[in-house]
Amino acid sequence: MKHTIKELEDIASQVRRDIVRMVHACQSGHPGASLGCADFFTALYFEVLNHKTDFTMAGAGEDLFFLSNGHISPVWYSTLAHAGYFDKSELATFRKLNSRLQGHPTTHEGLPGIRIASGSLGQGLSVAIGAALAKRLNGDKSYVFALMGDGELQEGQNWEAAMFAPFHKVDHLIASVDYNGQQIDGPTDKVLALDSLQAKFEAFGWHVINTDGNDMKSIVEGLHYAKTLTGKGKPILNLMSTQMGAGVDFMVGSHKWHGTAPSDAQLAVALAQLPETLGDY
Amino acid sequence: MKKYTYTEKKDTRSGFGAGLLEAGKKNENVVALCADLVGSLKMDAFIAEFPDRFTQVGIAEANMIGIAAGMTINGKIPFTGTFANFSTGRVYDQIRQSVAYSNKNVKICASHAGLTLGEDGATHQILEDIGLMKMLPGMVVINPCDYNQTKAATVAIAEYEGPVYLRFGRPVIPVFTDPDQKFEIGKAWMVNEGTDVTIIATGHMVWRAIEAGEKLAEMGIDAEIINIHTIKPLDEEAVLKSVKKTGCVVTCEEHNKFGGLGESVARLLTTELPTPQEFVATNDTFGESGTPDQLMTKYGLDPSNIIEAVQKVMGRKK
Ligand SMILES: Cc1ncc(C[n+]2csc(CCOP(=O)(O)OP(=O)(O)O)c2C)c(N)n1
Repeated sequence: MKHTIKELEDIASQVRRDIVRMVHACQSGHPGASLGCADFFTALYFEVLNHKTDFTMAGAGEDLFFLSNGHISPVWYSTLAHAGYFDKSELATFRKLNSRLQGHPTTHEGLPGIRIASGSLGQGLSVAIGAALAKRLNGDKSYVFALMGDGELQEGQNWEAAMFAPFHKVDHLIASVDYNGQQIDGPTDKVLALDSLQAKFEAFGWHVINTDGNDMKSIVEGLHYAKTLTGKGKPILNLMSTQMGAGVDFMVGSHKWHGTAPSDAQLAVALAQLPETLGDY
Repeated sequence: MKKYTYTEKKDTRSGFGAGLLEAGKKNENVVALCADLVGSLKMDAFIAEFPDRFTQVGIAEANMIGIAAGMTINGKIPFTGTFANFSTGRVYDQIRQSVAYSNKNVKICASHAGLTLGEDGATHQILEDIGLMKMLPGMVVINPCDYNQTKAATVAIAEYEGPVYLRFGRPVIPVFTDPDQKFEIGKAWMVNEGTDVTIIATGHMVWRAIEAGEKLAEMGIDAEIINIHTIKPLDEEAVLKSVKKTGCVVTCEEHNKFGGLGESVARLLTTELPTPQEFVATNDTFGESGTPDQLMTKYGLDPSNIIEAVQKVMGRKK
């Protein structure tokens, strides 16, 4: 381990502070699943990924990460900044005119760390598979990671990708699902139930593991374990249970916080629950 | 210049929501489908009144278009609802084959069109949808200009038999058209009669054209302002009649100048009555994050841009 669990939890606390402050500052954006995925992003960038912060698009010899559910850009931007991709002061420009920190991640403005635009849902897994295929052709044994939302899995393209990857033995791919059970119009079970995602992916030929995405130890161990499963002909799916809004009590577990910005008063309550550990931007 | 005033601002998507409810009350065959954006599309009132006639398809727009096409086969009139990007580009072949080519009575209703969606940025701000949809044979393309016109258009398309693309937006804007208007598909609305220049505007740009017209009047320029809410079929007669009188035209749209209303007007004029034209539109670009007003300014869609275009085009008149 490069960091102790406590150190990682401290980083995640700062990432959560950043998320609520960023969304509050522009009064738009998606705090719920951003907060829910703060532990995953921290684990990924500070513990799991083999990556360089002097960013190159190709990332040859590095592990790559693709965010398919692009609306949770705040958690990614904050993590990238603290990991050293760009100065954290730039977080203040999120969603504002002329910013590199667009509402949804994009390559168009050249933000280091981003390799493909996302925001229109359901496309990221295919892109991650493509990147993994290219690495294989180049003899590059690094890993490709991806994250999808659970509601996002209602998009058919995911299942085209899910069918493709095992058939083509794309086995350096570790995809995670942010399994928070919520989407815009309500709980996923009420909108269009995903029912037994594990059985579905297994039937398609994936190796499925389960982690608790809001328990740092579980997520770090799970991602390290996932790496040991690679190279055996199967892509890996990490079904990662999370809580929408994790870390801010009044946001926890409700789809109402999918895409709503906190008021001044709500921001104050949220920040009181999230220790400042690395310094606010 | 005819005086236009408003007492309130409302979003055109709420006009759609109100129109959908009214269309549903008038005709029990009207049904609605949505892809996890019920609140954004203002479909709640329809759902409350007619829960059985609403289908939540989840985040699966391609499936939604196919289901809607299938529902027409037993006489239903499906209204699909999602953002404009996911209503068009996302599902273009599903619309092309199952709706347009098969001539199915589906109403594709698209909110958050254009730059004024704001902070979400370019992934969500489609500026190509008018072009995509008008190229489909048989597709009617409508982009109303305020709450009242959107409501009336929604009711009208339920009564029309055939595929329709209805485009509207997110922000609140002035409500200045008649609440009791009868919406006629394909019939231009004369906003202001004038003699010096024809300004043709659609959607959110109509109010901006009125603001520009008032300033132009102060400058001694008498602008004719026409609202083209139906981009296809285009009211060719109205355009030609006006341009014959004024001898020059400025088209205004919250859309790429490639493939938009302006090109439809240019195509007409170049064959029937070659006329100097200027385009107030985005210039082959994606959008970005920002507030709606900031973006309209940055991408050249303010009343001041219309005034500049008028001055330029009048200079080109023979
Ligand atoms: C193709 C597409 N359709 C619709 C949307 C609008 N949208 C943004 S996020 C979202 C819900 C996503 O649900 P989920 O993946 O569970 O994410 P969470 O709610 O957990 O953040 C929807 C419908 C979109 N961005 N892209």
